Amino acid sequence: MSMVFAPCLTETAAPTTHAEPAWSPYDNNGGTCVAIAGEDYCVIAADTRMSTGFSILTRNYSKIHQITEKSVLASSGFQADIRALQKNLDARHQIYQHQHNKQMSCPAMAQLLSNTLYYKRFFPYYAFNVLGGLDNEGRGCVYSYDAVGSYERSGYSSQGTGMQLIMPVLDNQLKSASPLVLPLQKSTTPLSEFEAVDLVKDTFASAAERDIYTGDAVEIVIINREGVRRELMDLKRD
Amino acid sequence: MRWEEEGMKQNAFIMGNKLMGSSPHVFSLIMPSIPITHTQTPYVTGTSVLGIKYKDGVLIAADTAGSYGSTTRYKSVERLRPIGQNTLVGATGEMSDFQTILQILDRLIITNAMFDDDNTLGPPDIHSYLNRVMYNQRNKLDPFWNTLVLGGVKNGVKYLGNVTMLGLHYVDDHVATGFGIHLAQPIFRNEWNEDMTLEQGTKLLEKCMLVLFYRDRSAINKMQIANITEDGVKISEPYALQTKWDYEAFSNPTVGNEGSW
Repeated sequence: MSMVFAPCLTETAAPTTHAEPAWSPYDNNGGTCVAIAGEDYCVIAADTRMSTGFSILTRNYSKIHQITEKSVLASSGFQADIRALQKNLDARHQIYQHQHNKQMSCPAMAQLLSNTLYYKRFFPYYAFNVLGGLDNEGRGCVYSYDAVGSYERSGYSSQGTGMQLIMPVLDNQLKSASPLVLPLQKSTTPLSEFEAVDLVKDTFASAAERDIYTGDAVEIVIINREGVRRELMDLKRD
Repeated sequence: MRWEEEGMKQNAFIMGNKLMGSSPHVFSLIMPSIPITHTQTPYVTGTSVLGIKYKDGVLIAADTAGSYGSTTRYKSVERLRPIGQNTLVGATGEMSDFQTILQILDRLIITNAMFDDDNTLGPPDIHSYLNRVMYNQRNKLDPFWNTLVLGGVKNGVKYLGNVTMLGLHYVDDHVATGFGIHLAQPIFRNEWNEDMTLEQGTKLLEKCMLVLFYRDRSAINKMQIANITEDGVKISEPYALQTKWDYEAFSNPTVGNEGSW
């Protein structure tokens, strides 16, 4: 009964480590998301294909999730993590509504999403997000994220496997003011809602030509002061 | 001092555990920290499960093989199981993990029944629950090495979904796991339609199971089909499909190509 020998009463500083798993807990299920902010509307779009490796699992899976009245989240990446992230945000939003008796604004949700992602900085949600909606003044806002939560508000954005095919086209066609010009001008596009939706359809059709993970159909959600509207356009299924 | 004795006993227990090689709790001033390891490969595995919706419900098929690597070790493994009144689960992958999952689902159904409020768990509920179970295990880097097909009918609503060992999940009109993704899904996509009768659905599944038997090394010619309708779950007795091996190309395979095999 020596006093020196007292194990198990104090947890030591020796950290537990996991051996290198031969198996990866991540998978990329592909897909592309786009969001465009207008004067008084926001367009959020994503394709509906879910793949793994070189197989298509389903042609009919929505990557878009409406979290609040005024914010819509589109995510591509690992579907299980994306779904868990959506549920997490939903739960937090419900609590917010109980505590504040109102819905979260889009900028507030943007910050919450960033914090939620960074919370899992050392085992990230493999989700590439684009958050779109209307800000407190009713103007369109788009926020885009990396997997661990760094984010930026901009006039338009795309994420996912077709991102690099789509982004240059948006840069060229949206006629938004450059963020590099001083004084800083507002980043929403001067295009009308109809023109923006048309452009989204064109960009997805183009991305589906060259990106094997993008295709089947594109789901387009439009938020404006009247509410939320959905469109679905078929894409090539090859 | 009693608590110190207890402490020493606990430590001996833990050291004993370590020596036996089970997953240790590594807190000790004496033993160095060793990394936690989890099983990374499956041992006894089941191959594909196929599922389709049809006019009156859902049909799910699987063979009854349990492979041990390249050996067909067990030939009467029931890979399709009813859960509650309205749902069926079919499993691909590690069979021991499937048995654990069945125990977990059993507890779920019983706990729900104990509320005694006439509320039963339907296919979407079981799907959601299973999805959480699989995802949480994956988060611990200790997955249940299974892909599960879940189907059923409740209150007139037909449901068919899939959950993988990473927590990936989706619903669709037709699903397949394992080799079925490559061999059966294309046939489904070509030939499935919403108003298939029971006979048509069964024929479609049997056609795909035959292709799998011909081409999947771990499949055997002994399968079960489950039919889930509003009236409940019915799993067939195991049966075999008619095969054809007397194609001319099989009987004289090197004709025109001597020296080949």
